[in-house]
Amino acid sequence: MTSDIAPVEVPADREPGAPVGRRLFLGLLGLGTVGVLMGSTISNWIEDLRKNDPTGLSTLLPGGGGWRYYTVTGEYPSRSNADYSLRVHGLVDNPFTLSYDELRDLPPTRLNRDFQCVTGWRVGDVKWQGVKLADLLDRAGVQAGSAALRFTSFDGVYTESLTMEQARRDDVIVAYELEGQPISSDHGGPVRMCVAPMYGYKFTKWLDGIEVTDKVIPGYWEERGYDIDAWVGESNGRNDVRT
Amino acid sequence: MSAPDTAAPATAAVTAAATNGAAAVRVSRFTAVARIAHWGNALLFAVTIVTGLMFRFGWGQSLIPDRLLARNIHVYSGLGIVVAFAIAVIPRWGRALRRDLSRVNRWSPDDVRWIRSRGRDATVQLGKFNPGQKLNVIFVAAAAVILAATGSMMKWNEPFSTDLRNGATFVHDWFAYAIFAVVFGHIVMALKDRESMRGITYGTVSAEWARHHRPAWYAEQRNEACAASGNVSGAPTDTTEGPVTVDA
Repeated sequence: MTSDIAPVEVPADREPGAPVGRRLFLGLLGLGTVGVLMGSTISNWIEDLRKNDPTGLSTLLPGGGGWRYYTVTGEYPSRSNADYSLRVHGLVDNPFTLSYDELRDLPPTRLNRDFQCVTGWRVGDVKWQGVKLADLLDRAGVQAGSAALRFTSFDGVYTESLTMEQARRDDVIVAYELEGQPISSDHGGPVRMCVAPMYGYKFTKWLDGIEVTDKVIPGYWEERGYDIDAWVGESNGRNDVRT
Repeated sequence: MSAPDTAAPATAAVTAAATNGAAAVRVSRFTAVARIAHWGNALLFAVTIVTGLMFRFGWGQSLIPDRLLARNIHVYSGLGIVVAFAIAVIPRWGRALRRDLSRVNRWSPDDVRWIRSRGRDATVQLGKFNPGQKLNVIFVAAAAVILAATGSMMKWNEPFSTDLRNGATFVHDWFAYAIFAVVFGHIVMALKDRESMRGITYGTVSAEWARHHRPAWYAEQRNEACAASGNVSGAPTDTTEGPVTVDA
């Protein structure tokens, strides 16, 4: 039922007004477009800023070509250097376990490479330091009939794989330093893999075991659809620039 | 927000009607289409932001049995926001929404005064939306388009150079943070104004609220109601907003 009401005068000065909404809308779309075109450059500036920022405040900035932190268990497992140990076992003559300090006492290898995630993001020019995986394999004495490696994580879930040939490359290291710092827990510290020419999922975080096997056992993501041979730019249907 | 007590010319004529049984008088504010569009959008947004945050910060990934499925949920609920908006606005049933968009687009001198006084100028005659609501709509609309576009570039990335992909990721990040903040603010403001919340949920607001908080809109509605009914003849209240009705 409609109420019985008299017309009301609308103030005379009520014009439609300026189309501010459309201007702001289009302005924002323009900003987004400029961002897409310039974003890569801006990210690099932010990344440089971060490297030269003693306060650490710039790490709060999003984007910036920075890292994204992944975990498959929903948390970042943490282990102190004192509690840390790395077991090398499987088809080897001399299985052994290394403490964090023992690992650091081995001859170091430094790498300076881009890091490429299979989901698309990339961090340029990352400094790694660690021990060549080949050195550890030599020390363990790989037996005849072995063909691959299986990596395990102390998150209790994650696994990865490499063929023996891939594992013996000079740019595959067991890393304990990232950008000149001990590797933090969110980055997979204290020790993680660095398989420089491959996608990030090969960089097993929170590494605690390396097992020599007679065949490749697909890792966590490989069971979920990612390629086992994870060369950057030549796998997973992607064409990224090689790292 | 303080209710302006200065009886403005536009509202003086209806004050008597509003005080006689003011509680019963309801003004139609949002059509069913507008309300379904709003809450559907809210649901899709919640799904998109939660899955997005999971990927960005790695929260609760153990809750997702299949990462690829979760990624698809994020992508399609995000694109769904844009598609659902188009479905709500473009067909015939979107007439009232299109009119609202035109209201959001046009800024009256009163809107500018409202902004200048940060909402404190009590003589301002606001229309259906205050400038804060207008900014919210404009930003969310632009951000939704930008996020859908950059997200699509991230998902279907083959044609794009590494630089453009990084640019898309960069923009997607920043606008995601911004839209999260803006929507959070929108929710906070909404929770502070129960009557406004009733409007978007059940469709009507009290005449009292309309007269105090949105006087120019209130006057406009009354005029349209008079024009529509002429004399009191039980003019049908169709789904388009407009007529001021009295609950029986």
